[in-house]
Amino acid sequence: MKHLLSAADLSRDQAIGLLDLAEQMAATQGREIKKLPTLRGKTVVNLFFEDSTRTRISFETAAKRLSADVINFSPKGSSVSKGESLKDTVLTLGAMRTDGIVVRHSASGAPFQIAHSTWTDASVINAGDGTHQHPTQALLDAMTIRRQLVGAAAGQGGARRRERTADAAVLKGQGLDGLEVMIVGDVLHSRVARSGVDLFTTLGARVTLVAPATLLPVGVETWPARVCYDLDRALAATPPDALMMLRVQRERMSSAGGGFFPSPQEYSREYGLDARRLAALPAQAIVMHPGPMNRGLEIASEAADGRRSVIVEQVANGVAVRMAVLYSTLTGSKEGAL
Amino acid sequence: MAVAEVLDGPDVARAIQRIAHEILERNHGPAGLVVIGIPTRGVPLAARLAHGIGQIEPSWEQALGQLDVTMYRDDLSRAPTRSVGLTQLPAGGIDGATVVLVDDVLYSGRTIRAALDALADLGRPKAVRLAVLVDRGHRELPIRADHVGKNLPTALAERVRVLLSETDGRDAVVIEGARP
Repeated sequence: MKHLLSAADLSRDQAIGLLDLAEQMAATQGREIKKLPTLRGKTVVNLFFEDSTRTRISFETAAKRLSADVINFSPKGSSVSKGESLKDTVLTLGAMRTDGIVVRHSASGAPFQIAHSTWTDASVINAGDGTHQHPTQALLDAMTIRRQLVGAAAGQGGARRRERTADAAVLKGQGLDGLEVMIVGDVLHSRVARSGVDLFTTLGARVTLVAPATLLPVGVETWPARVCYDLDRALAATPPDALMMLRVQRERMSSAGGGFFPSPQEYSREYGLDARRLAALPAQAIVMHPGPMNRGLEIASEAADGRRSVIVEQVANGVAVRMAVLYSTLTGSKEGAL
Repeated sequence: MAVAEVLDGPDVARAIQRIAHEILERNHGPAGLVVIGIPTRGVPLAARLAHGIGQIEPSWEQALGQLDVTMYRDDLSRAPTRSVGLTQLPAGGIDGATVVLVDDVLYSGRTIRAALDALADLGRPKAVRLAVLVDRGHRELPIRADHVGKNLPTALAERVRVLLSETDGRDAVVIEGARP
C-alpha cells in the first residue's frame, strides 16, 4: 500500500489486515520498551493545515514509536502565512526527501492532489480532508468496535463487556459482520461519518445515520446506510451495538446553530445522548465519540464518562492503528508498491 | 526441479529429542529454561522441543513462547511489505531466564540478529542459546547455533524446506533445486 487516502479504497482483506496489524502494534505498546526500530531512518512530516490535537499527537506518537523522524508543520509561523501555495510547500518537503506525508487540510481532496502529483514521491496519509475522509479515524473506530464486540460476542452474550476485551489471536481475520452501528449528529460536515460508513459496511456491519435533515448531505440516500431523522425511533427500530455521537462542528457553521437547527437546547433534546437514552441502550452497546466533545450538546457527561463509554480507548487504539498504517505505507520495496 | 529428502519423519523426531537432551545437559537441568520459537515453523518446533524437555524433566514448568521478528528485520524496504506475526512470552517473562531461540533453518543469520534485538527490547535474559533443525551454512553475520539437528552443506541456488505436520501435513526436510 503506497498511500492511504480514503477508507473507501480499502478492500475487506486490506482493512482486516490493517486491523490485525494494529492489534500486533497494540501488543508492543504494553511493554516497558515501546519503541521499535522498524522505520529507522525514515522521515515523516505532519502537514497539518487545520488545528488538531489528538490526531497530530497520535500520528507523532505512532511514528516515533516506530523510530521514524517526525517533523511537525503548521501553517501558523510558516511560509503559508506569507501566501505559499500547497504545491510549493509540498515541493519543499519533497526536496528534503521525506518518506511519508501525513496531511490534514480544510479542502476535500488535498491529500489526493498531493499523492497524484509529481511534487513528491512520498507516501501520503490522509489525516482528514475537509468534509471528505478521515480513514485512520474509521480504522481506529473499527478496531475499538472489534475489540469490544467481536470474538467475545460468540460466547458470553452482552453482560460482561468490560472484562472481555478479546486478544489478537481471537480477533485475527474477523470483520464486523452483523453488527449494528449507529452514527448520530452532524453528518453533513463529518468526514468521520463518511469514512466510517465506507469502512464499517466493507467490514460487514450495518450502519444507520441519524440527523436532522439540515445536517445530512445531498445524496446521502446513495450511501450504503439507512437514514433516520428521529433518534428515539431509530434506537427502537435498530438497537445499536455501537453508538457513535458526532461532534456538532460549529466552526464550520456560520452562527450559533448556523441555521442548521433552531437552538443548541433543541438539538440536545432531539439528538443528544442523555441519561434517558443511555439507559435504554442494549446491554452490550458501547458509546463512541471521535472527540473533541461538546459536553451537554451532543453527549451528556453521564454518557461520556459512563461504563459504556470507550472514548478513551478510541484514543489509545488510534496510536496502534496509525503505527499499522505507517508500517504498511512506508515499508516494502518501491517496485513492489507501484 | 530435483527434490531430495534429507530427513524423514522419524529423523526429525530423533533430532528434536536429541536437542532436548543437549539443552538440558548444557543447562545442567531445567532451571530457568524458556523456549521461544520464531514464526513460522520455529513455533511448532519450539512446542515439540518444550514437550520433549518436559518428558525428560517432568519437574520443569513448561515456559514456551513465540517471538515475531518482522519489525526488527534489516530488509523491510527491500522486500514487499511483510505481515507481522504474534509475539507471546511465557507469563514469567524472560528476565534472568536462559532463553532457547528455536528456528527451522539457519542460513544468513539475519533473522537471528533481528531476534536478538527483539529479545533485548523485551527483557534481559541471563543467556540466549540458539537451536535449529537445519544449519545450511552461508552465514552473512557472525552467528552460530548451539544446537543443530543436522548440518547440511548446500549451494546458494538450492532451497532448503522444513516440512512439519502442524503446517505441512508431514515431517521432513527437503532440498529443492538440488544437483541433478
